[in-house]
Amino acid sequence: MSNETTLTVVEKKRKSLPIIIDQKRNAYLWESNRELKLKYMLSVEKIKRFFEGLAENKLLATKCEKCNELYFPPQSFCSKCLSNNMKWVELSKEGEIVTFTKIYVKPTSFSHYADYTIGIIRLKEGINVLAWISEKNVNKLKVGMKGRIEIVNREPENYLTYEIIPIEN
Amino acid sequence: MDRKVGIIGVGSSRFGIRNDVNFSELAFESFKQALDDSGIEAKDIEYYVVSNVGIWSSEELPAITLGESLNLVGKGSLRVEAACASGSAGVKTAYEMVKSGNADVVLVLGIEKMNESQTPNVVELIGRAGNYFWEFENFGLTFPGYYALYATAYMNEYQAKEEDLCKVAVKNHYYGARNPNAHFQKEVTIEDCMNSKYVAWPLKLLDSSPITDGSASIIVASEDYIRKNGIKEPVWIKSIGYSTDTSNLSKRSNFLSLRSTVEAAEIAYKKANLNKDEITKKIDVAEVHDCFTIAEILAYEDLGLFPRGEGIKALKDKQTYIGGKIPVNLSGGLKAKGHPIGATGVSMMVELTKQLKYKAEKQRQADIKNGIALAHNVGGTGHYAYVTILSLN
Repeated sequence: MSNETTLTVVEKKRKSLPIIIDQKRNAYLWESNRELKLKYMLSVEKIKRFFEGLAENKLLATKCEKCNELYFPPQSFCSKCLSNNMKWVELSKEGEIVTFTKIYVKPTSFSHYADYTIGIIRLKEGINVLAWISEKNVNKLKVGMKGRIEIVNREPENYLTYEIIPIEN
Repeated sequence: MDRKVGIIGVGSSRFGIRNDVNFSELAFESFKQALDDSGIEAKDIEYYVVSNVGIWSSEELPAITLGESLNLVGKGSLRVEAACASGSAGVKTAYEMVKSGNADVVLVLGIEKMNESQTPNVVELIGRAGNYFWEFENFGLTFPGYYALYATAYMNEYQAKEEDLCKVAVKNHYYGARNPNAHFQKEVTIEDCMNSKYVAWPLKLLDSSPITDGSASIIVASEDYIRKNGIKEPVWIKSIGYSTDTSNLSKRSNFLSLRSTVEAAEIAYKKANLNKDEITKKIDVAEVHDCFTIAEILAYEDLGLFPRGEGIKALKDKQTYIGGKIPVNLSGGLKAKGHPIGATGVSMMVELTKQLKYKAEKQRQADIKNGIALAHNVGGTGHYAYVTILSLN
């Protein structure tokens, strides 16, 4: 007797068991009724200037007043000398693409976007920035090509973020 | 106190999509084998370590759940997490307890039941294993995506082609087809690999390790305990090297090498009195972290098995098959054996113990000359790295 037949019997008796069968492996699975929706609340209080910067079309980093270490992503304290005396500095937004990829198999929470390209650009200041690349055709991208950062609106959520724009030679 | 630590029992479940067993049943498979292999009883275990990432599976206190099922209630325990290197981190925990004299017998059980969640959710959860806000929240990186960033840079630097990467898949599936515990027991060709769909360009489905359920167990004991109880053929843990790297990939200076692997290897080699320049002459067999094909190539070079940029050539020349310079991933690796995250590092110890004792299936058994083996286990995208040296002496 196959599992399927057995289950039909079980179902008849109990009417609504949340059991499904993995046909390929002939295995019963209890499909949990307890679904959890997770959404994090992340503090950006100490780096809120960064987001104001985006609205001013600026890409901002922080720099340690004590040891001059530059931070992107920006942070409110210096990991190196442990000072929290930091100042905001504007980045050049110009550099060279170091590497890139295109995401075809997307996470659930990104499934509403078309396949997207991601790259890392090394800015003139010697700091790397990871972001989406405006060019979606990987054949048009090359390691070492010039690029710049542009502040853009992410749709459909409609929020400010930054993107890498490759520059053809 | 500084004592020798030996592996006295090993066990592995079948790897795959294990919808036929629950969490405890999956653990039971490897636990029973390891206990039988060691000849000791559960009551002799003083402490047990559970390596498990677990965000995709239902049990929130996995060590406690397993303690009840495996009759270990009352013993000391903890769950260890170091991403995909959780298994090796668990072994490290047990090793230090025994080495320091705090325990004589410790169990390490690595387990992951990833298929309790839907695949897109698992893709999402592994993708968050980097820097959440600056890489995931805004740019939706995935686990293959992180390694793809390394693949693109490597291919550009050394003029490697996608076909070259596929050779790792061909080799590891070849050996996976000869491992009855492997997730994929089927050979693949370069064409199969090249024709598989892109996951994260330039990596394709067959460049990637699968989402696997599995468990692996080892029992480690002190030299005193081994001698007193007349336990035969222990495999000694000679050394464990470890390191970490930045959370944000963008904070790294290059994408041609995993710095954490290089550093972990240096520590492990030094502690085991091995010279990196002649490492392939000393080590009979290695299991390296091939979560993606590019990762195995980076491992060859970062571990010093082959010079920089020559990983591709080593594959072309079949130098990592049995009979080559150094056989790598004769279990099928993460690629074909499967990658149940928390179990992977422990499973490497199981495999290498079998290899050193000539207990692997004949068609995938390495020649053991010096009696030394190497396990390389990476967590995340080089976020953690562990290198473990095992020896018959």
